[in-house]
Amino acid sequence: MTALAALIRRDIRIALRVGGGALIGVLFFLTVVVLMPFAVGPDLALLSRLGPAILWLGALLASLLTLDRLFMADHEDGSLDLITMSRTPLELACAAKALAHWLAAGLPLIVATPVLGLLLNLDMVATGAVALTLLAGTPALTFTGMIGAGLAVTLHRGGLLMAVLVLPLSIPVLIFGVAASQAAIVGPMTFGAPFSILCALSLVSLVVGPFAAAASLRHGLD
Amino acid sequence: MTLIDLANPTRFLALTARLLPWLAAATVILLAIGLYQSALAPDDYQQGATVKIMFIHVPNAWLSMFVWGVMSIASLGTLVWRHPLADVAAKAAAPIGASFTFLALLTGSLWGRPMWGTYWEWDARLTSVLILFLMYLGLMALWRAVDDPSRAARAAAVLTLVGAINLPIIKFSVDWWNTLHQPASVMRMGGSTLDKSFLIPLLVMAIAFTLLFVTLHLAAMRNEILRRRVRSLQMMQASRVAFSSAGPREGSASNEVGAA
Repeated sequence: MTALAALIRRDIRIALRVGGGALIGVLFFLTVVVLMPFAVGPDLALLSRLGPAILWLGALLASLLTLDRLFMADHEDGSLDLITMSRTPLELACAAKALAHWLAAGLPLIVATPVLGLLLNLDMVATGAVALTLLAGTPALTFTGMIGAGLAVTLHRGGLLMAVLVLPLSIPVLIFGVAASQAAIVGPMTFGAPFSILCALSLVSLVVGPFAAAASLRHGLD
Repeated sequence: MTLIDLANPTRFLALTARLLPWLAAATVILLAIGLYQSALAPDDYQQGATVKIMFIHVPNAWLSMFVWGVMSIASLGTLVWRHPLADVAAKAAAPIGASFTFLALLTGSLWGRPMWGTYWEWDARLTSVLILFLMYLGLMALWRAVDDPSRAARAAAVLTLVGAINLPIIKFSVDWWNTLHQPASVMRMGGSTLDKSFLIPLLVMAIAFTLLFVTLHLAAMRNEILRRRVRSLQMMQASRVAFSSAGPREGSASNEVGAA
């Protein structure tokens, strides 16, 4: 347990310091959201209707881009080999790394959501709904994206290939995240049904992600 | 004859060389019978002649999931039993499965235009099959992106097993959500709701398509094995050339190795 806590503390510390790049994700999120009004036109009514979708897309892309480095930096400096050979199960270590990554890179996105909601003319209820769905849904993005990160480090390929592999897996999260926020804002569905499915997706990926990532690391590293 | 016996590629090639003509012939005959029967099947009282798209659409859709199932079993073979032909099977199946999925989507949208009034609808069944198609393409991209086949095989195996979660979602999407796509009517509790005049041609077509897949898959596996042999022969040749240009003594040594 202390080993996992130490791993989480270390990863968060590295991510937040110079060269870590966790907060670049927030900057990217902001840039994507600011780009949208240029693409669809500065129509406030339209923006508030598209708002949840824009925020979700931005968060999806931001968490995908930062995931690229989840195992890569550790592989380059050799600490991934130590983690693989340590007595802590690799699955738990992967889960700890993903949790640290979510705390360092995922939570700031959710904190930034109310500010970005202002830019997109969302009211209080809508902003709260989007932030709540992001809080429930972004762990699923991190934990499924971790599978791609594991493949990327074993194949020495990142970038586009990883995006192509991971994005189809994140489609259900996007569907139910946006559906839950839309249900809270305009109805007619209840907020509860899509939101529970979103939570279920997060829980499933919490189980599947570490196992798949650990399998690809174990079979792929040599 | 067990799976272990087939671990020898030469034995596999010899066996499939004998099997393939028979399989191909059976496929052609069953496809001919199936197409003839489905051409003779009566028009639907609501859908008219467009119901005949079903005889192509449904087998394609079944096969799109069946092929991913075959790939998942092959992936288990790669990761668990390290069967040497498992990754060949997984790699050869991906493009075939992608084609079946694409045809299922294409015939579905051609059928949907007159029946639902739209080529595409974002309902659960259609979306999940589209995700399956994207994952086939991603898997093919993964196979092409890495030059070392065994390394690519293990990565692809992990991804295939993760993607297998999608299969039950596709199968039960029409039961879990109220969708435009009709619920299951052939494989369901309490027997089929399809009339016999439609059911029999459909089953014949399903068997014919499955045989078609087996034939294509075995042929593609043969090609993949031969492609790998050509590749390793080329590597040997290249290393021999590199050695012989280095000096006469190493050249003669590597010639002996090559002869051995």
